[in-house]
Order: sequence, then C-alpha cells, then structure tokens
Amino acid sequence: MSDIAKVIKPAGTHRNRALTRQAHQLGFPDVSITASEIYFLRGNTDLAKLHDLMARLIDDAPAGSARLDSGQNASHPDRLTIEVARRAGVTDRVAVQLTESAARGGMPIEAATGSRFEVTGAGGLPEKDLHFLVHNLLCNPVIETWSFGPVAPGFARGDGTESAEVAIIPVRGLGPDALARVNADRALALDPEEMTVVAKWFEEAGRDPTDAELETIAQTWSDHCSHKSFGARIETSEGEVTPLLRQLRETTKEMAAPFVVSAFDGNAGIVSFADGIRLAIKAETHNHPSAIEPFGGANTGVGGVIRDVIAAPARPVALTDILCFGPRYLDHHELPAGVLHPAIIEEGVVEGVADYGNKMGIPTVAGAVLYDPGYTANPLVFCGCVGEVLQGYDKLTAPQPGDRIVVVGGATGRDGIRGATFSSMTMDATTGEVAGASVQIGDPIIERLVTDLLIELLDRPDPLVRALTDCGAGGLSSAVGELGETTGVSVDLTAVERKYAGLQPWEVWLSEAQERMVLAVAPDRVANVLARARHLGLSACDIGEFTGDQRLLVRHGEKKVVDLPMPFLHKGRPVRQLHAVLPSPDRTPDTQVRRTDVHKTLLALLSHPNIASKESIIHRYDHEVLGATVVRPMAGPRQSGPSDGTVVAPPQRSSGFALGIGVNARYGLYDPERMAHAVVDEAMRNITAAGADPAQAALLDNFSWGDPRRPETLGDLVATVRGCCDAARHYGAPFVSGKDSLNNEYAASDGKRRSIPPTLVITALAHLPQADRAIGTALRQPGNLLVLTGRTTREFGGSHFNLVTGEESGTVPAPDLTAPARYRSIHQLMHEGLVASAHDVSEGGLAVTLAEMAMGGNLGIDAKLDDADECTALFSESLGRIVLEVGEANLPALLEAMGDEAKTIGTTISEYALRITTPAGTHTWSGHDLEKAWRGALS
Amino acid sequence: MKPPAVVLTAPGTNRQADAAFALEQAGASAVCVDLLDLPERRAEIDRAKLIVIAGGFSYGDALGSGRVFALEAERLLGDLLAEKISAGTPVLGVCNGFQMLVRSGLLPGSLQHNERGHFECRWVVLQPSSRHCVWTRDLTDPIRCPVAHGEGRYTCTPSELATLRAEDRVAFRYETKSYPANPNGSVDAIAGVCDATGLVLGMMPHPENHVTPRQGRAIVTKSGLGSALPLFRNGVNAVR
Repeated sequence: MSDIAKVIKPAGTHRNRALTRQAHQLGFPDVSITASEIYFLRGNTDLAKLHDLMARLIDDAPAGSARLDSGQNASHPDRLTIEVARRAGVTDRVAVQLTESAARGGMPIEAATGSRFEVTGAGGLPEKDLHFLVHNLLCNPVIETWSFGPVAPGFARGDGTESAEVAIIPVRGLGPDALARVNADRALALDPEEMTVVAKWFEEAGRDPTDAELETIAQTWSDHCSHKSFGARIETSEGEVTPLLRQLRETTKEMAAPFVVSAFDGNAGIVSFADGIRLAIKAETHNHPSAIEPFGGANTGVGGVIRDVIAAPARPVALTDILCFGPRYLDHHELPAGVLHPAIIEEGVVEGVADYGNKMGIPTVAGAVLYDPGYTANPLVFCGCVGEVLQGYDKLTAPQPGDRIVVVGGATGRDGIRGATFSSMTMDATTGEVAGASVQIGDPIIERLVTDLLIELLDRPDPLVRALTDCGAGGLSSAVGELGETTGVSVDLTAVERKYAGLQPWEVWLSEAQERMVLAVAPDRVANVLARARHLGLSACDIGEFTGDQRLLVRHGEKKVVDLPMPFLHKGRPVRQLHAVLPSPDRTPDTQVRRTDVHKTLLALLSHPNIASKESIIHRYDHEVLGATVVRPMAGPRQSGPSDGTVVAPPQRSSGFALGIGVNARYGLYDPERMAHAVVDEAMRNITAAGADPAQAALLDNFSWGDPRRPETLGDLVATVRGCCDAARHYGAPFVSGKDSLNNEYAASDGKRRSIPPTLVITALAHLPQADRAIGTALRQPGNLLVLTGRTTREFGGSHFNLVTGEESGTVPAPDLTAPARYRSIHQLMHEGLVASAHDVSEGGLAVTLAEMAMGGNLGIDAKLDDADECTALFSESLGRIVLEVGEANLPALLEAMGDEAKTIGTTISEYALRITTPAGTHTWSGHDLEKAWRGALS
Repeated sequence: MKPPAVVLTAPGTNRQADAAFALEQAGASAVCVDLLDLPERRAEIDRAKLIVIAGGFSYGDALGSGRVFALEAERLLGDLLAEKISAGTPVLGVCNGFQMLVRSGLLPGSLQHNERGHFECRWVVLQPSSRHCVWTRDLTDPIRCPVAHGEGRYTCTPSELATLRAEDRVAFRYETKSYPANPNGSVDAIAGVCDATGLVLGMMPHPENHVTPRQGRAIVTKSGLGSALPLFRNGVNAVR
C-alpha cells in the first residue's frame, strides 16, 4: 500500500470568523476556532510531483498556502486539535474533482477530504458541552467522522469486493409480535395490517421474501411514496369522509379550469395560460433529512424537486423555498437530546438551498421563513420549482414492452438508503445515527448536466425518450417500479454503474444516490442516448427492459433478488383505516376593544422574526440568473422592503408568471379550516398585488403535519383539506399538485412526543399577460394617494398582534367571500396601468403594510383612518385586503371600479416617515426607526 | 453583417443564455461553445470577433473559483485565447469568467471569498472609470446590475494596484467602498479591471442581466436608467 500524503491548507479569515461567531452564538463566548482544509492524497509518493500538484490544484496564495503535514503539531494546554474526515461514500465533489484534474495532469492519485480545527478556550468545558459544540459546529457524524488529533481518511473507492449476497427474511408463520419485530429491526415503517398482508402473500407464494423484496415493499408502501394517510378511509363523529387526496383531485376536476393540462398525475402539475406556454410546478418537503444534516438535507431537497420538474419534462426556471425553524436564540441546555441547535439548522439549511439553486443556475425567487418553538426538533424545508414544459411532452407515453431501462446522471453508491421509510417515522435521539445512511449530499453540477442532457433529448418534436421519472426516495426500487407498473420490468443490477465496489444487491436497488433519472428508451435509440449522456461526462447505463409480463424481476447476474407481481406491489396494500376527531374552533364574535401603545406595538411587530427583514437569507440566493426576474423578493431601489408575489418573465417575451406563497401555522393552532382559507387568500393576494391575473391561477398544496394516527392531529388535517377545497372553488384556482409530509414529530428522551404546528403551505402560480405591468410593493413617488381595498373587522385569533402583546383572545380571520371578485377588479386596473404600487395586508395588519411600503420606496406616508377601534384598524389581520398606490388622476377610475370596497386612506410624501392619524390621535415613526426595527432582528 | 461572438462555457457555467441574449441585443450574433465540445468546435472560436466567458460555477468551483476552468481551457485551447487577444479580439469575463481570466493569468490580482463569508446576490451601482478599456470607454453614466457570487473580493499587490491606476485599467468601481454598496469588500471598491491592451475586461457584476428596461424597472426610478447595454454595444462597435 502506498503512503497517504496529507496536505493542509489554512482556511480564510472569513471562515474562522464565522465559526467563532457561531460558537459564541451557541453559548460558548470564550471559544475561538481556526480551521484548515485537509486533502488526503493516495498513490503518489514522488515529492516533486506532489508539490507540483499542490501548486496547481490546491494552493490558494495569498489566502491560504498549502503545505504537507509533518504530523508534528505543537501541543498547547488550552488548544484542542480536532480533525474531521468525510465518510467513505458520501458525495465529495472536491475529492472527485481533485482526482480527475490530477489525472488529466498526469498524476494518478485518489483524493479524500477533511478539516482540522484548532479550538481554544474550550479546555474547561464539560464533555457533554464539548460534544455539543463539535456536533453542531465542526462535524456532523451523519456524514463525517472525527477525532482529537489525526483522523483516518474516508477514501471513496472502498476496499470492498463485489457482493452478490441476498438474504432471506423469514416471515411465514410469524405472529403479530414477531412480525412487529421484523418491521422494527429492518426499519420498514409498515403498519401491522400491512405486515400481515405481506406475510400472507409470501405464505401463498410458498417462500420467504428476500431482503430486497421486503425493502421494495416498504418503500413503495411508505406514506412518502403511496400517500397512504391521504388515501386512507377516515371515520369521524360526522361519519366517513372522502379520502383527502380524492377530495382535492375531485375539486380540481369539478372546476374544469381550461388552463389545467395535468393535475395530480406524474411528477408535477402542468398548466397552460393564455400565452400557450406550458408551465410545470411542484413543491416537496425535506424535513427529516434537514433535521439531522441541515446542509445535505436542504441541498438534496432542492435537487429532488428540480428533478421532479425535469421529469415533467420541463426546463426549470424558478425555485421557491419556505423554511420553518425553532427560535434562533435558545439556550442549548433547553434543547432535547440529539437535536441540533435551531441556529445551526438554519445556517445549514439556508446554505444548502443556496448552494444547490445557485450552482444549478435557477433563480430562487420566492419563499417565506417562520420561527416557532414547535419547529425546534423538527424544522420544515419546503422546496418548490417551476419549469417550462419541453416540446417532447406531447409525445411521451407509457413505456412499451421491449423498451430499455436507462439510468443517467450520477453513479450509484451507498449514500441514502431507506429515505422513504425514514421520512415516514417519528424521530428520536438516535435518529441521527440510525438514519445516517439516508442522508445524502448533493452534487448540483451533475444535476445541471442531467438537465442539459434531458433538454437535448426531449425539447424536440420527436423526443428520444418514451417516458421518464426521477430517482428519489426509494431509489431505483421506486423509480423503476413506478415506471414499469403497467408493463413489468426485468433488471440486472450488475449493469448499474457504481461509485465504488462493495455494495450488496439490495443496496444498489435501494440507494438514493442523487442526480439520477430513469428513462424508458426504444431499443434503437439507446446507443444515441447513452452516447449523449457520456459526452457530458455523465454515468449512463442500460440496466434492463420493460417486459409486458407485469412482474418486477430484479437479478444480480444469475441470482434472483426481487420477483414480485406489479399488481401486488402497487395495489396490494390494504387501505389504511384512520379515526379523526374534528376540531371545534371558537368563532364567537369578538366584542373586546383592545388598547395598546400603538407606537411601540408597530416597532415590536416589525422586529418580530416572522415579519422582520429576511434579507440576510434572501441575498444568499441568486434570484437574478436567467435575467427573467421582474419583481424580486426585495422591493424598491434600495431593496429595502419585502415583496408580496414575485414575477418572472423571460426578457424575450411579453408575458410572464407570478408566484405567491401563503403560510400561517399560527392560525392552524386555533382554527385549521380557517387557516386553509387564509393561506389560499394570502397566496392569491400576493399574485394579485404583483399584477397577475387571479382568474388564471393554479395552486399547490403542501402539508407538514404530525402523526395522523393521533385522531386530533388527523382531525385538524381533515378540517384543513376541507378548507382548501372550499377556498379553491371560491377563488376559481384549482390545485394541480401537492405533497403531504406527515409524522413530523420528535419523541424526546423524556418520552414526550413533540409535534410541529399544523403547517399548510399554499403556492399560487398565476399568469401575467403583460410583464411590463408587473407591480412592486415599494412606493413609487410622493403626491400619490393610498387606497385600502377590502373590509377590516376585529380578527385577532392567531395574530401577530397577539404574539407581540401576549394576548390570546380573538377569532381567526374568516373567509372573505367578496375577495375573488375584488382581486379581478384590481387586476383590471393594474392591467390598464392605473396602479403605481400595491402591497397586501397580512401578518401584523395594516400598520405593518404601510411601514413596509414606505421602507421599500424610501418615501413617507401620511394616513388618516376614521375607525373608532384603532387596534382593529391598524393590527387586525382580516383577509382580502390590498393597499394600492395611485396617481391622483387615476383615483376616480379606481373608485368607480371598486365601489365601497375601496377607501382612500392617505397620501405619499417625500419625507421618509410614517404618520397615522386616528380618532385617538396621531402616531409618527421616522423611516429610520421603522427600518431599524425591521432590519435589526435578523441582521 | 452582425459580428460573430462566442460565449465560452464549461460544465457548470449557467449564465451563458443571459450573455448570449445581451450580445444579440447589442447587435452581435452569439453562439455558446462548451469546453466539452472541443476540439470539434474550435473553428467557431477561431472565427469569433468577440468572446464572452460566462458566469456560473464551472466544475462546481470545487478547487476554488475558476481554477479548473482555466486549467481545462489551457489544456484544450492552448494559447488560442492569448493569440486572439493579440489579434485584437475583445474578451469579456463575467463573474466566473473573470475568475477564470485571473486564474489564467490574463488579468492581474485574485478573487477571494467575500468579506461576509458567503454568496451574495444584490443590485449594485457601477461607476465606469476607464477610457483605456474598449468595453467601457466613453461610458459615463453609472450602470446598475446585480452581483451574484461568493468569491468576488478583488485583491492585488500594492504595486499591481498602482499599475492598474496609472494605466487607467480600473474599469468599474462600486458606488462606495463600504458594504453593501461594495458587496464583497474589494480593494479600492474595484468591480472590474482590464488588461494592458484594454481588450480584456473582467468584472464580477452581471451586466448581461440589465440590458432591457423591464429587468431594471423595479430598481430604477426612470425607465432605461442604468442599463448595461452600452457596455455590450461598445464591444460590438469595436469589431464592426
């Protein structure tokens, strides 16, 4: 065996500063950290060549000069040296690139990477605290190993030899307890009824299952893949309700909107607005992976939803992200065992989202960030993607018998096993260790190339591919199983290209290695497809065929690994039976007149993390690439206000689309059904305020919920879905796709289960006939008038006014039945060019809206409200309201169109200040004070 | 006839369509050529009258921004870029393209991690300041366009800086020296520099993302203000 050279390169000061700052934030004020990168190089002992390689590929003078490690580190009483190495098999773009570039330069080596940290000021820490610090800041054991002093490198090319081992798992004749043990031991996450059905099927088949068969069934039947709770038979005190997914589908079908091309079918929803362009849209969640490996979890969440859209097939053009975290400032002693600090989760998730989207070159244009203690152990990461459907879409069909199964993209490794079942389980303190293998690190450059390949193969009238799907949770087992559902397939696993040797057949079959797509290709086109993929440097392999015999047959050479009939796999799962207790929210009219220090309350609202500026996150996402961003997430010439909807329109085209996001888990805590109406209204308000046509809008639903087997939790979900369907009909905006992520719970070591707040995210995608008429939230000029549209009533339940004042009372805002018609009128006015700017009223109420418009425009407002109930006028969160800025000349036309649903409430002024006069008096804030509050909390 | 322009890309480049669009708007006819398509498409580079090296994350920037791009360009193109420049071809490297040009030694200095330690995307104001550079000469109005990078802090030795100033080779400066106007902490607020010939311009901000009024409408108060189209027109006019 050749020697391993270890090259050390000091990290830049920015990295040391960031690490030290984070250590202080975690509650270790005396700690300071200095980091270095480690490059392990194997296979070259020639010192001269090594130095040449270092100079060409590693050295970064003057920032950091690489040197060979002497192995002699001066010891120091108050300095700990901690080394970290990436585990073998975890995606490592740096090591791969180093190996490749060295080979091209005539230096055949293998590379692995790691880091060294010199930590001072931690000598006196108790071991528990030290481990907390290491696991939060320096090393995530899910993907890395660490030690005090030298660490062993994890070279990707394993020393393992190819294995063809297929284990038989006895299930025949087992009683319920024994089956439950098999279920738990193999982390199958199946229901007891399902285990019984599985055992019975094998009894009738006269054999026991292989490991791969059991895993295949578990992945296919997981809540993640089969939506068994959304398809379940649900009993309530009011009788049985229609399965939830069917309610959503049927609502869309009933509405028969002409612009829906495809809803709840395939990888993404597809719509086509008046301009004839077809758009695909999808949003996914990646919650559990992000809880244990925030960067990788969020990173691959973005990668996964992009592949859904590529599979539509479409060219991705915009990304969204909605993130829910625990409080940033939390004493680490209060954290449940095994849980990462919310600030660390947030940092990793944001970096993970940014890394993937930025490197793919897709703008991240819309999103939201929420903070609530309920998300501490179980953060939520919703990732969405919009794409323009490729020409070949019309020619796609189901795979035909005889078609070949082609896998393109990255090679297959041991990264990410059992993701579908993992995401369907409750997490606990050991989840990080147990589920280590289910977390992957993405490689966006590979996905960029996969995207380019599929555009080349499919953006033509005669596509070279018959059908396709992405490899997500469950790996090949799900993707090949789904694609071949109607035909049957025969696969040889030895044909699957591996990253390294040593994988067992079931691991190849289940691996969730990222950046892979499965294609059905007619035999005479396979050579061309493989050649195009390899030209781009991608892995491409023909692993079998679609047969026509309705069987899922997987072999490893001659050895049989899986042999199951497709009907059993896809239709054999017993329907889940669930019981729901419906919520009974308090909706009695609120008679309480509130009083508050208005001046202080507005500043408190602006500085609340949910309302405060998200610019420190937004600016880390590239929202400009492709040159199509018209209304961006930050508004105004100084980018100093928040936007509602965002608008995307390619510069070559006159039309575009708007994206709006609605989410408000606070309402869900009190009245889930009204929450659904409220967040649909918010999404529709957003796209309307941005200038889009609310009559041409489609919706996505994303539910993140607790364990649906708890009747109250399910009852909230049932009420929410009912609200969604009502709201969709009400606004004429059909759902075209969605996703549920259930079991978002954490079982702490004290035995208490912690569920997240019921969180519904609604995304609206709407047509903007004239992109030049897009509207921003920032005030445009002094001397204009401000008009409030919609009605304000006393609605404080779940409000942010309650949150900052400590109140509890009030009802959640009621559905506004007049909103849809009003939004259409507003759109017409905007379409005619009569509106200068517009901003909706949401969390915090009207006062926050006015403050945000002023900050964005760097202008002032002089407002006069004649309502006797000042608190309601300023802070109630009634739905259906949008503030419009109009020139004086355009006011009559506006008032004529809007009738008594519009009220002039003030004027824009050049002085940078907000002045609001009510019957109770005049309140004044300088623009500087508003900005300080709004930007302070998160900067 | 429209002058032929090549947008040079590598795996991971992502703003090539934006650059090609900007060139077309300015009157050139643009095609994208990837390093993966070499040597087959070398002739197109040979013929090009303008070259833009596009932004993105070539090879994932895994070994540092632009490093592998520069090595691979050298391996696959040899001295072609240098020869084209000697023959008078204007070259524009944007963002990752600038990083590549610096790594190739065609422009001085280096591009380090942003002072704030992470990727940053925001609109900035650029003051054109070189009459020597073919891309910026006779530009007087400030350009507004976005930056989108993690490694864009321009640094150079004091003597390099003195030379750049003396030879009128600082092509663009950010509005002020402090954050966020100077989004990465570049020395002397430098956003772009050119080489001694004045033909090669490297800049971190993305002028290709502000060439139509709609792209900047939410940012500027008067339509068309701050457009970067004149920059591309300068390049095109120089070879027409």
